[in-house]
Amino acid sequence: MDQIFNQITDYLESNRIVLFMKGTKDMPMCGFSGKVVHILHLLGVDFLAIDILEHPDMREGIKQFANWPTIPQLYINKQFIGGCDIVTQLYNEGELQKLLDE
Amino acid sequence: MAIEYNQLYTLLQGIFKDEEIELIDTAGDMNHYEVTIVSEKFNGLSLIQQHKMVYNAIGTQMGRELHALKINTKVK
Repeated sequence: MDQIFNQITDYLESNRIVLFMKGTKDMPMCGFSGKVVHILHLLGVDFLAIDILEHPDMREGIKQFANWPTIPQLYINKQFIGGCDIVTQLYNEGELQKLLDE
Repeated sequence: MAIEYNQLYTLLQGIFKDEEIELIDTAGDMNHYEVTIVSEKFNGLSLIQQHKMVYNAIGTQMGRELHALKINTKVK
């Protein structure tokens, strides 16, 4: 698991916005993942998307990393922001834009 | 992968009171639920901490027996 955690840390250190999701940006495989991709597109930001369906060990690893049981997981500036519901709420309140502007 | 409504509701009751919990089986398939919880327990907690409290109530079944849960939390 250490190796997976190191890889996750690498992703977060080399990319400002990282989304761990099911499927790809172009073809999300889950409605929750698709919704977060949609919101990030609306905000016009680029981000690294990691498809956990392609990386089964990452699927378990990211849950333990954040101590969060579900996918998607959005990270901004190495900080775990939340899953689909939190991201949606933050977007609706204008708070997500503020986090991105920091 | 599915979890019965009553089973999920009972898990939530482990932390929250009846009047704080509103649980809906959105697809009628015992696999996609939406829960709204209005509780004073959320007072002073971040959104992540609020949602984590809900996940903690459900325990290991989240993401396994239970595929999809939309969570709304509000401070009472």
